[in-house]
Amino acid sequence: MRDYRTPTARVRGLGSAHEGTGHWINQRVSAVAMVPLVLWFVGSIIFHLGDDRAAIMAWLQNPLVAILLTLGMVASFYHARLGIQVVVEDYIHNTAAKVVSLLVVQLLLLALGVGSVFAVWKMALA
Amino acid sequence: MSANAGNKRPLSPHLQVYRPQITSILSITHRATGVVNMFGLMVLALWLITAATSNEAFASMQWLMGSFVGVAAMIVWSWTIFYHLCNGVRHLVWDTGHGLDVAQVTRSGILVLVISSTLTLVAWISAAVI
Repeated sequence: MRDYRTPTARVRGLGSAHEGTGHWINQRVSAVAMVPLVLWFVGSIIFHLGDDRAAIMAWLQNPLVAILLTLGMVASFYHARLGIQVVVEDYIHNTAAKVVSLLVVQLLLLALGVGSVFAVWKMALA
Repeated sequence: MSANAGNKRPLSPHLQVYRPQITSILSITHRATGVVNMFGLMVLALWLITAATSNEAFASMQWLMGSFVGVAAMIVWSWTIFYHLCNGVRHLVWDTGHGLDVAQVTRSGILVLVISSTLTLVAWISAAVI
C-alpha cells in the first residue's frame, strides 16, 4: 500500500512524550522527602506496636503526628505510583495489558492514598 | 526491541549468559524491594482505614498482622524498606555525580547491605525491648 505521509508524520505522537525528565525529578523529590518521613514512621511504629485502637487515635490527635503521617502517605503513594509505572512499562509489552495494568494499579494507589489520608484526619479530628 | 524481534538475535543484556555481579544484583533488588514496599504501603493504608472505621474492622486487621503471615510480612517489609531507603540514598549520591568509580560502587553496595541489615536488626531488637 502506498503511503503519502512523510516519515516524520508517521512517527509523530508515537515516540517520547517529553515528560521523562519531569518524571525522573519527581521520583527524586519524593524520595528526598521520604528519607526523614520513613525513618520517623518506622521509629514511631516500633513504639506503638502493642497499642489498641484508642491509643492509636490518641497518638494521631497530636497535630504534628497527623501532619507528618499525611505528608508521608502522600509522598509514599506518589513515589510508588511513579515507580510502578516504570516497572509496568518495562515488563508488559502488550499495549492493551499495559494500559489496563497502569490504570488498575494507579487508580488503586490513588484510592488507597486518599482513603488513608482521610482515615488519618478522621481520627486526628475525632 | 521490535527491530530485533524478527531476526531472533538475543536481546541485551543477555541475561542467560550474564555473570551476576553486586552491581546488577543490587540494582534488580532495588526494583524488587520497591514493588514489595508498594504492597506494604497498601496494607498500611488498609490498617489506617480499618482503624478509622470500627473496633471490629480494626480487630480483624490486628489479628491478621499478629498472625504468622502478618509477622513474617512485617519482618520482610522492614528489611525491604531499609534496603530501598539506603540504596535510594546511594542513587541520590550518584545523581550528584559522586561515587561512580567501580571500586566505589562496590564499596557503597556492600555498605548498603550492611546498614540496611543492621537497621532491620536494631528495629526488631528495639521493638522487643520496648
